[in-house]
Amino acid sequence: MAFIDRGARSFLLWELLSGMALSFSYMFKKPVTVNYPYEKGPLSPRFRGEHALRRYANGEERCIACKLCEAVCPALAITIEAEPRDDGSRRTTRYDIDMTKCIYCGLCQEACPVDAIVEGPNFEFATETREELFYNKEKLLSNGDRWEYEIAQNLLADAPYR
Amino acid sequence: MSETATKPTIKTASALDTATASGALTNAPVAMDIKNYNLNFGPQHPAAHGVLRLVLELDGETVERCDPHIGLLHRGTEKLIEYKTYMQALPYFDRLDYVAPMSQEHAFALAVEKLMGIDVPLRAQYIRVLYAEISRIANHLLNVTTFAIDVGAITPLLWGFEDRERLMEFYERVSGARLHANYFRPGGVHQDLPPGLVEEILGFCDAFPKRIDDLENLLTENRIFKQRTVDIGIISPDDAFDWGLSGPMLRGSGVAWDLRKSQPYDAYADMDFDIPVGKNGDCWSRYLVRMEEMRQSIKIMRQAILEMPGGPFMVNDRKVAPPPRAEMKHSMEALIHHFKLYTEGYHVPAGETYTAVEAPKGEFGVYVVSDGSNKPYRCKIRAPGFAFLQAADFMGKGHMLADVVAIIGSMDIVFGEIDR
Repeated sequence: MAFIDRGARSFLLWELLSGMALSFSYMFKKPVTVNYPYEKGPLSPRFRGEHALRRYANGEERCIACKLCEAVCPALAITIEAEPRDDGSRRTTRYDIDMTKCIYCGLCQEACPVDAIVEGPNFEFATETREELFYNKEKLLSNGDRWEYEIAQNLLADAPYR
Repeated sequence: MSETATKPTIKTASALDTATASGALTNAPVAMDIKNYNLNFGPQHPAAHGVLRLVLELDGETVERCDPHIGLLHRGTEKLIEYKTYMQALPYFDRLDYVAPMSQEHAFALAVEKLMGIDVPLRAQYIRVLYAEISRIANHLLNVTTFAIDVGAITPLLWGFEDRERLMEFYERVSGARLHANYFRPGGVHQDLPPGLVEEILGFCDAFPKRIDDLENLLTENRIFKQRTVDIGIISPDDAFDWGLSGPMLRGSGVAWDLRKSQPYDAYADMDFDIPVGKNGDCWSRYLVRMEEMRQSIKIMRQAILEMPGGPFMVNDRKVAPPPRAEMKHSMEALIHHFKLYTEGYHVPAGETYTAVEAPKGEFGVYVVSDGSNKPYRCKIRAPGFAFLQAADFMGKGHMLADVVAIIGSMDIVFGEIDR
């Protein structure tokens, strides 16, 4: 009797109608899309977004120019120059990241022994020109100042796992 | 005109006119070859799945020859890896098959571990199995639904991407990136699972089979879908062996071959799952195999979560794995190890290995030759999609132009890994 069953289903367009009924039922489900610029998807504390150079609470920059991030960067996106400052401490004179080369692998923030260079939670840094994506030390430090609260919270949340 | 009916030549009206006009009126037929039409399919065609360029020789609408041209996405990954330390080479593997990144990392991590003789902690093995299966579902979701788009159904894609988004969130929570994870490291995984994640993955495992049912309801028995896929691009088991096919392309032809079963790596030996095989080796069989593989992946994920042991997620060898941050800040020895690892990397003993994993697309292997230094001497990548593309000619021959789209869709090719 299977062939009668199959023939009847085929003649009645059964599989087409059941598919239509299913997609019709989806119309009454809650939409899963988010209204992007106003709503955003969730991000975990580990998210690797735009880079930032952080400062200590007293305003001193963290980076000590050990150049580990420059050494480990697989894309050779980081350029650092350093010399002793007037007070004798070693600091960078130049810290550039070419964001067009960066592959956001997170090795720089893993390598950094003082948590100075981090990949923060910001992912909305598209620019209109390519040159704007060649970040210098000033830009990275201002990113750090701008995102310090979020970055600190994320590092705190993820601290047991690092 | 009856004497002109010999097969390869056709007498056309214009040829007849010129013959008459020139006065050379004989009874001999005037013959003229009609050339087959050459069509460039891609690289900008939306159904070409990336930058595939197919040069098709068409007789009317029938494909006579199907000639894939590749190389438009070539980035020199293999050569680049020769200049990177083993730690730096890992992110390049994410970018091969960017639809299921962690499966590629898995192959490289296993190869390096084999050369160095590292025993990976059990927890790391289970985490890797869990994420390799998440990658498999992410891959099959993308492939099956875009395949459906290629043959005319748009709804599955819209539904499938909702779940793919959830899988990417699982990626992001564990590694920090939705796609290019850089998570499986030689010796284990980079970080432990964050709290609450396994519960959410279990929730996904409970909800997802319903979504597979819905997709199957739309596609499996649908007459339009079946008309486009049944008996299209048939591969016999012998052909599949001859052309080096693997994964669903091989299993669709009825060969139960799966590296997870035949040479289990990591914790796959402890997992209980079945290998789905197809019957006819056509596009529809391959689609059915992928759907069933997703169900099996859910089964493996559930086992991996429920049986996951505690303990370390990375080997406790400071020559391979970086020390935890807290230790690095206080212990001088740990700090030295940290600096050594992130500048020089680790030295891998001289030797060579071919290590393959069952990536979602098929057998993904890396052949690593080490000369004892901190960088691979050679790293050959065996991408399953490259072998699939070779089969495009014999699969497409004799089919209509529109069927080539279905064949490419069912091959599951991603150009990141083919062009490397």
